[in-house]
Amino acid sequence: MIVPRHYKEIPQRYRLQGNRCKACGRVFLPPRKICPCGSEDLEDYNLSWKGKILTFTIIRVPPAQFKYQKPYAVAVVELEGGGTIQCQVTDTPLEEIEIGKEVEIVFRKILSEGEAGIHCYGYKCRVV
Amino acid sequence: MAVGIIGYGAYVPRYRIKVEEIAAQWGDDPEVIKRGLLLYEKTVPAQDEDTITIAYQAAKYALVRAGIDPKEIGALYIGSESHPYAVKPSGTVVAEALGMVPDIHIADYEFACKAGSEGMFVCYSHVKSGNMKYAMAIGADTSQGAPADALEYSAAAGGSAFIFGSDEDKIIAEVLYTYSFTTDTPDFWRRDQQMYPQHGGRFTGEPAYFKHVVSAGRNIMEMAGLTAKDIQWAVFHMPNGKFPLRAGRQLGFKKEQIEPGWVVPWQGNTYSGSSPNGLTATLDSAAKPGDLILMVSFGSGAGSDAFIFKVRDRINEVRDMVPKLWDLIRGKKFYLTYGQYAKFRGKIHLNPNV
Repeated sequence: MIVPRHYKEIPQRYRLQGNRCKACGRVFLPPRKICPCGSEDLEDYNLSWKGKILTFTIIRVPPAQFKYQKPYAVAVVELEGGGTIQCQVTDTPLEEIEIGKEVEIVFRKILSEGEAGIHCYGYKCRVV
Repeated sequence: MAVGIIGYGAYVPRYRIKVEEIAAQWGDDPEVIKRGLLLYEKTVPAQDEDTITIAYQAAKYALVRAGIDPKEIGALYIGSESHPYAVKPSGTVVAEALGMVPDIHIADYEFACKAGSEGMFVCYSHVKSGNMKYAMAIGADTSQGAPADALEYSAAAGGSAFIFGSDEDKIIAEVLYTYSFTTDTPDFWRRDQQMYPQHGGRFTGEPAYFKHVVSAGRNIMEMAGLTAKDIQWAVFHMPNGKFPLRAGRQLGFKKEQIEPGWVVPWQGNTYSGSSPNGLTATLDSAAKPGDLILMVSFGSGAGSDAFIFKVRDRINEVRDMVPKLWDLIRGKKFYLTYGQYAKFRGKIHLNPNV
């Protein structure tokens, strides 16, 4: 049953709701309680829905829930205004995916829990 | 008090399938389909897209154009015949994702292809009554068409969102008149737990689509004391390319008055998002301040909601704030083979153990 976990992560997965260190300005998603700089003074911060690909990999042997999507890419995206996220790349042919390419973050269905369980939504990115 | 649309947005997926690809699968002549239905290609939702994600993106664009705090929206109604859950609202996901919860009234609507305009009707009434400051209506669908059925050439994915309000400085298109024409007409239906809808073939034409659309159009124009010559643009529900042009002719409209919102040949029928997408495409392209727009939806079963809008100066401020529908339709797109399309739409029986 993934309902409780999905429910708890809704702010992060639906709205990119993370936090930012008031001392050094670093941005985190998921939010952290303590910044690596040592500060515990962090504020809520909604990350940007625009960014660029920092790095990526192609998944050719995916977990069972993603088997009908193969091959697909997972990227680390550096967002405008700070913070990085890791997400699937959607709506983009694999040959178009390159480091440094501009992406927009989109709201998509990440997975469905079997035939009768919940749909879990969250963020992915696509090349602009 | 004037009430109107203060923000709007539309979305269609990037994937497409051409009429030729579907026709080749089933042994149809694509030229006959293209000539008969005036359809060339249609949008297909990606594997990770559904009514909720389409509604979300359209609503996000509408919020940018409205420039309001999402928490000020008092109601969200999503009309669709492809809600991802049989029991659990689509609207809660969209509202949560856009930061509109918890002080909001939410419901999912269903009335075949007019579920989106139903939401518009109710949102307009909420604001008009003073019940709430803003209300959002969305028409979105990932329509179902059975393999080899004529519907397979048209059933597409997309949708539009509209925020209604009464702030004089925010109104983009004022609602001047509304009217609804409804009877019990079994022209198209889908029984519980059935994967694909059934329809009455040619019965879907005269007694269903044309009777309701033309009656609603004629009656609202009579109510307003207007003729087709007084109205600059007209949008009718678009089950195919031909029907809206013919309904328009019957009401006295020329093809040029319908063309700005006539998106169906290149996007297909987005069901609850069909006439809403026609309205956004018209606002995005041709509408000028002072223009009147007639919009008539149609939902099988059957009914039509009609609106007459008057476009205001603000259209010129907001039009370019987000991607325009025609740009999404003509922009980046990827064509699918029939096999890929069948996989995307869940038309293949899979063995869960493989």
